[in-house]
Formats: sequence, C-alpha cells, structure tokens
Amino acid sequence: MKFTKTIFLLFFLMSLFSESLANKDDQLIYKISKNLRCIICQGQSIYDSQSDFALSMKLLIKKKIEEGKSEQEIYEFLKEKYGEWIVYDTSLDKKTFILWGLPVLLFFLGGAIIIKKLVFRKI
Amino acid sequence: MFFKSLETSSIYVPEKIETKNLPNFISRDLFSEKEISSNEIFQGSDYYILNIWASWCAPCKKEHPQLMQLSKNPSIKMIGLNYKDNPKKAKKFLNDLGNPFLVNLVDKSGIISIEFGGYGIPETFLINKNKKIIKTFIGYLTDESIIQINQIVK
Repeated sequence: MKFTKTIFLLFFLMSLFSESLANKDDQLIYKISKNLRCIICQGQSIYDSQSDFALSMKLLIKKKIEEGKSEQEIYEFLKEKYGEWIVYDTSLDKKTFILWGLPVLLFFLGGAIIIKKLVFRKI
Repeated sequence: MFFKSLETSSIYVPEKIETKNLPNFISRDLFSEKEISSNEIFQGSDYYILNIWASWCAPCKKEHPQLMQLSKNPSIKMIGLNYKDNPKKAKKFLNDLGNPFLVNLVDKSGIISIEFGGYGIPETFLINKNKKIIKTFIGYLTDESIIQINQIVK
C-alpha cells in the first residue's frame, strides 16, 4: 500500500512539474507573439492575427523555445529576417533614438515651461 | 503635408533585408518523400533560385512561364518550396504546367518560409554560391524580374 501511495505521489508531482513547464512555454509564446507585428494583417499582432503567416510564426516561436532559445534570441533572429519593424517594442539605437528621446525631451520642456510660468506668476 | 499624406499609401512595407544568410533546415522532397537537408540542396551551383509556391495560389500560376524560362539557365539551380499545400494537387499543378524545379521541398507548416524571411506567396529568392540571399522578389515574377536575375547571373 505504501509503495502504491509513493508511486501515485511521484506521478502527481511529475505531472505538476510538466504542467508548470508547459504553462511557462505557453506564457512565453503569448508574450513574444503579442510583441510581434503581423506583416500580412497590419495593425494586428502575431497573437491576434489568424493569417497563414501569423499561424506559421506562432509555430516557429514554439519550435525556437523548444530548441532552448531565449526571448531575446528569438527577437534577434526575427529582426535579422524582417528588420526592427517586426517588433512592437523597438530597441534603442541610432535609427530609433528620436522615438525614445522625444517624449522625454517634451516632458522636460513642458515641465520647464510650467515651472517658469508659475514662478513668473508669483513675482 | 495633409495632401501629401493623402497620396501616399497607408500600407507600410518594411525594407527588404538582403544578403541574408541561409537557414539550416531539413525538409521532404515532394515527389520522392525522402528527407533532405539544406546543405545537400545548396551545393554544386553558382546560383540558386528558391521559389515559394502552392497549387492554390493564383499568382503562382501567373509566374509559372517565367520560372520555366529561368529553368533553362544552366547557371541556376531551381528549388521549389511547396507552401501549405495538398501534395496531390501540387504534383498535378507541376504535371499540367511543367516542372521548372530540380528539387521540390515541402513546407507543410510554413516554418521554412519564415526562416527564409518570406512574406507570403509567391516569393522568390536569388541565392549565390556563398549561400547568401542576394535578391528577393515579393509577389509574382515578371519579365522585368527575369531581366534583373539574368543581369546578376551572367
């Protein structure tokens, strides 16, 4: 009886472990496919699109994860094939520094204008 | 600026990245159904044409005469990549219209096309002997595409 209980417990733990692994992979596929742009249905992510291209892309992401590739490695692989445009969350480089820098610059500029106006109003 | 924007297309086409390295893959031959690796396919020629096609794709039928014309060039090894197709229909397509390809690979899941950086079908890649993609033609091949290919492959 004790032996049977141990076997059951072992199987239970194994199934929990494999399920958590599968969930981890699914979450990563979800995260990556949400951050990739479908080039056939423009305006939709790979996750949302049902085009042939998007369906194949989801399979490719799954294959790459099973091969042990990290999230960053998958993005780099796809950027090499399709360019920076495929990724929604673009990285900071010489082509995208305005995209990243302009909101910060406008924030500080706007802040400076507001402070200046408040200071002058007090005077 | 407003009127200028009205004239331009709102559909963004990403820049084509050329001189890409070839992916390593294993596929199946459409006719013999034997497994074949990319290293076995891309050897022994100065230039390779890889064409992504399917029997259900109407523009593929339109470009078929251009592919038949290219297949007469001895400097080019013609490779077909049959995309998400029914093998019976694919074989019938080639039997009816002629087979321009020396090797015909099967891409049932569409993964190989994405590993090549493909956008859709039909699409054609010109590859040199160093296994670099030197030119990509998105959409069906025209007479102008053939002139461009022949200028590169002399």
